[in-house]
Amino acid sequence: MLNSFWNWFVIIISVGSILACWWLLHWTKGVSDRSDDDDGSTGHVWDEDLRELNTPLPRWWLHLFNITIVFALVYLVLFPGLGNFAGIKGWTQIEQYDAEIAQAGEVQKVIFARFQDMDGDALMADVEAMDTAGRLFGNNCAMCHGSDGRGAKGFPNLADNDWQWGGSYDDILTSINAGRMAVMPPHDAILGEAGIREMVAYVQQIAGQKADAELAAAGKTKFMVCAACHGQDAKGNPLLGSPNLTDDIWLYGGNPEDIELTLLKGRNGRMPAFGSQLSEIHSRLLAAYVKRMSGS
Amino acid sequence: MTYNDKVVRQFVVMTVIWGIVGMLVGVIIAAQLWLPVLNFDIPWLTYSRLRPLHTNAVIFAFGGSALIGTSFYVVQRTCHVRLFAGGLASFVFWGWQLVILAAAISLPLGWTQGKEYAELEWPIDILITVVWVAYAVVFFGTIIKRRVSHIYVANWFYAAFIITIALLHIVNNLSLPVTMTKSYEVYTGAVDAMVQWWYGHNAVGFFLTAGFLAMMYYFVPKQAEGPVYSYRLSIVHFWALIAIYMWAGPHHLHYTALPDWVQSLGMVFSLILLAPSWGGMINGVMTLSGHWHKLRTDPVLKFMIVALSFYGMSTFEGPMMSIKTVNALSHYTDWTIGHVHSGALGWVAMMTIGSLYSLTPRLMGKKVMYSVKAVDAHFWIATIGIVLYIASMWIAGVMQGLMWRAFNEDGTLTYTFIETIAATKPYYVIRLLGGTLFLAGMFIMAWNTFKTLAQSKAPEFKAAEPAIWGEHA
Repeated sequence: MLNSFWNWFVIIISVGSILACWWLLHWTKGVSDRSDDDDGSTGHVWDEDLRELNTPLPRWWLHLFNITIVFALVYLVLFPGLGNFAGIKGWTQIEQYDAEIAQAGEVQKVIFARFQDMDGDALMADVEAMDTAGRLFGNNCAMCHGSDGRGAKGFPNLADNDWQWGGSYDDILTSINAGRMAVMPPHDAILGEAGIREMVAYVQQIAGQKADAELAAAGKTKFMVCAACHGQDAKGNPLLGSPNLTDDIWLYGGNPEDIELTLLKGRNGRMPAFGSQLSEIHSRLLAAYVKRMSGS
Repeated sequence: MTYNDKVVRQFVVMTVIWGIVGMLVGVIIAAQLWLPVLNFDIPWLTYSRLRPLHTNAVIFAFGGSALIGTSFYVVQRTCHVRLFAGGLASFVFWGWQLVILAAAISLPLGWTQGKEYAELEWPIDILITVVWVAYAVVFFGTIIKRRVSHIYVANWFYAAFIITIALLHIVNNLSLPVTMTKSYEVYTGAVDAMVQWWYGHNAVGFFLTAGFLAMMYYFVPKQAEGPVYSYRLSIVHFWALIAIYMWAGPHHLHYTALPDWVQSLGMVFSLILLAPSWGGMINGVMTLSGHWHKLRTDPVLKFMIVALSFYGMSTFEGPMMSIKTVNALSHYTDWTIGHVHSGALGWVAMMTIGSLYSLTPRLMGKKVMYSVKAVDAHFWIATIGIVLYIASMWIAGVMQGLMWRAFNEDGTLTYTFIETIAATKPYYVIRLLGGTLFLAGMFIMAWNTFKTLAQSKAPEFKAAEPAIWGEHA
């Protein structure tokens, strides 16, 4: 709400400007019809040959101008514009938005009512449910995980059956609603430059890649630093979101440079919590969809 | 007394050079939209940094050099007097080039205020202010010492452009410096957005419209060798244009946090703007009327009539796009890019090119450019380029708007974002082709300009005799 000074300031200046346009049109009809010269020009000559005629304003143009002025005034009576005056139609953009959402909501209620009582398995088996879930995935998840769910560097592949945070329907639902935060701390201070090189070789070795055996053996002796999160067997821990290092599946890349960077600088993986943006049934549909996508 | 044409020649040459640079950067980012790998993973070649470089280069380097250069020419010729403060005029030239150089370095480095068309950081903003004040002193100084009783219409438009740009630049760039390369705006939230688009739209209105109408009012009657159609129309549309343009900014912020009443005012004033804008088009087109036969022999006039046509078309399109219902479809799509380029290429660039083809030979005491055939070739290449550019962006924009808003009964969007990008790709290729053609035309112009200027030594021109008319006599 504007205070009364600004309210009247807006009203007077805007209506005044519109009326000034009308006055300008009206005023020029009355004046300067005369020509100073026989050729219909103003009689002024600049730069040897620049002249001006004094042709009256084209009628159609005058009408066009007047129509826009009338339209403006009518619009400002009907719709908000003149300060605090809400317009006699009482339109607001918030109400327009709410009305459209409410209208769409009516239709959606019917569709989602059918899914309401289904559990994860039932949703996975329902063609219609999976069609809707696929579209929800495209709208909400695809920007990071890709429209086929296969992810990208830093964004997990959801279409394989490898899980950082657990792959049960309930685990996935928790990931969607509450989000996840994974922290791989930087290890440059603990391992040192040589230590990092050795650890890279060892990590490559257990992942089944070709690696320098000597360096890897040296790296193995330091693995207790890693075991705290990744486990003695290096198979990871879904409670911490620490990945299995013994497969050749990589979230941040599996070539030696990538692994070295991960060890040096650490990684911070963050899945945002969607619980506040998605309705309960939306989240359950997505959990079922992701579960089915992984082929498990 | 002679005219000071040296500074005009300098600006003419730099207009062509900056036109090539700015449009080349535009072609590069158009190519990146088609093939993103073309940024080669080099930070200062990324779209986010080159896009502001493109807009700043074409608006302020190409357009700015054209406006300042032609205004220095026109104000002398129509005031029958030598340019006021020649040394200061020289400072305006070198100062403006320094601003452009600073922009060309700082924007790729990522130093930005993050405000569209006002990206340059505060030290450069201060330099712009100093140069602009010097420009105003030279221009208005020349007006004051004029030797004619009436101020020619082109000078009204140049004057409005100079005064308003000073106001817009200072108000929108008020910020608190933190370091030499970083500052924070004094405005926040919706107020910041409103100030930004008050600036942004008036940059269109006063830099890209009023300034180029000034060019039109001198070079169209000069080239057509006929009188301006209507003095009265020029008065009406001038005052209406400068009064109404000031209000149109909010149409850039429809359906946002901007209060409803501000949005409505922005919309109705944008609609009222239609007639004042068309006033300029009518005056230009009707000035050419009666000289149509010259279009067959004079390609310079072709540039001008096409520029006026695009001006009329984009000033019709603009008010239509400001209507909330239309805007709900067009906003954030490539339709806006098409609209902007129908103004930028169709109106601003075509009028600039036409005016320079009229001006450059005159500076050498000649009637026509070194090669009239090359001017004609440039005209056709540029025109085809514009048509490809705008038509592809129209189609792409309407398609994007329709795809974005389509949703299914279950409330999901019918198309994912990536699907809309994939659908747009062919139009990005057509746009790239259009832009490349337009750029190619600029190379022809550069060659022709060089040949014209290199023909002989530029002569000095004696100022016209004083002229006192009517009641002043």
